Amino acid sequence: MNTLSAEAWPAIALTLQLASLTTLILLLLATPLAWWLSQTHSPWRSVVAAAATLPLVLPPTVLGFYLLVLLGPQGWVGQLTTALGLGTLSFSFSGLLIGSVVFSLPFAVQPIQHAFEAMGRRPMEVAATLRARPLDAFISVALPLARPGLLTAAVLSFAHTVGEFGVVLMLGGNIPGQTQVVSTQIYGHVEAMEYAQAHWLAAGMVVFSFLVLLALMRLQRKPDRLQA
Amino acid sequence: MISLFYFRIAITTNGILISHSDDGLPKKRLPMNASFRTSMGSLWRALLSASLALLAVASQAASVSVAVASNFAAPMKQIATEFERDTGHKAVLSFGATGQFHAQIKNGAPFELLLAADAQTPLKLEQEGLALTGTRRSYATGRLVLWSRTTGLVDEAGTVLRTGKFAKLALANPKLAPYGAAAWQVLAQLGLRDALRPRIVEAANISQTLQFVASGNAALGFVAMAQVFESGKLREGSAWVVPEQMHTPLRQDLVLLLPGRGKPAAQALLAYMQSPKARAIIAAFGYTL
Repeated sequence: MNTLSAEAWPAIALTLQLASLTTLILLLLATPLAWWLSQTHSPWRSVVAAAATLPLVLPPTVLGFYLLVLLGPQGWVGQLTTALGLGTLSFSFSGLLIGSVVFSLPFAVQPIQHAFEAMGRRPMEVAATLRARPLDAFISVALPLARPGLLTAAVLSFAHTVGEFGVVLMLGGNIPGQTQVVSTQIYGHVEAMEYAQAHWLAAGMVVFSFLVLLALMRLQRKPDRLQA
Repeated sequence: MISLFYFRIAITTNGILISHSDDGLPKKRLPMNASFRTSMGSLWRALLSASLALLAVASQAASVSVAVASNFAAPMKQIATEFERDTGHKAVLSFGATGQFHAQIKNGAPFELLLAADAQTPLKLEQEGLALTGTRRSYATGRLVLWSRTTGLVDEAGTVLRTGKFAKLALANPKLAPYGAAAWQVLAQLGLRDALRPRIVEAANISQTLQFVASGNAALGFVAMAQVFESGKLREGSAWVVPEQMHTPLRQDLVLLLPGRGKPAAQALLAYMQSPKARAIIAAFGYTL
């Protein structure tokens, strides 16, 4: 039967591994960043907010190219990692992970930031009058209130990483078993005119993305009903 | 069993994927299994095992990493299979655009051998000191074909371009793709450049050109012979094999890159590309040698 090729499974495995780790790292990075953006009056706020949204509008190949140069042997990040004995990170799983985190950053920051902003200042002020320390209040008041935003951020980061193409192709080099993910493998199949295999992977991707977004829509319906 | 692993990760990360039925699709033992289990645990353990898996791949002495221009993907897959059967070495193929490979190799890509879509890129890499001198040579010369999926539309002399019974003519971007540049030269030779200009649709590369024509969005287009011929015969539709003297030769060169220096598998593949078996495959896909 002419279905998925043998190389498809390592690519699917790598894609899910990449998406899971990207989501985890993004939640850890984006939560404090989103909190700061939602609370601060600093003049730097708009600059940081714009920089954090940049990956949303930049073409992925541009982003991939800059990351490639930055992480490469001549780039300052590449020279730093080489000096630390890590070698260069481009064309490795770690490099892909960095690229994916940058690429999906806005998809994690935006929903969390909006959730924090929608919460208003009052819950934290109330917590403070009950003598909760700021960190304590953040963990036991702000985070639970922002739960829908965190969930949306996680789902979008995961789905967006699964679907990314330009960055991983440029930064990863499409090496089977190392940096070849589902999207770059579809590209390879199309280039090799193996349309049947390309269709199987592509259809799987469509179904997967639809299910993820469907789940997200269902999760998002709940708060609306409570407000009504 | 293995397929369950994939989805368990998805479940723990966002709690939305509920089940995946075991449908008997082909399964393969994966070297990165260990890292699956750990990615559910701590991030650091997962990162560590991921890098160990990479080390495991890197330490396989008998494998060669090859960057292949996408127009040569199909023949190279066959050659790689034969190469593995005959020598025991494994050729790990990555497909992409030649220009992109150039940028990646400049920035430290670990490719050991480049099969480019042109002759300039290997030369440039050699001049930049990123390729080994004396290893650069032509491995195939492409043939340009005017092709339509409609039987009888394209005649064997290409007069359809003059009679003009078509709405759109597809060709690849002449700045990026050698086949696109060759197509423009053919139109110039025929004196049809200006007459046909309003009907030309430009694709990013040669495989997109094929998609334009194969999907019927463009009635005909200039594609690579390798894309529409199989074992010397046209697969479907109608075609005009453009005479070679109508455009500059579509010479494709290969070159050994710095990471391939002294690697037995890379040397073996370099030699294998000239073997009668490889040459037969290259010719069967519509390339001249």
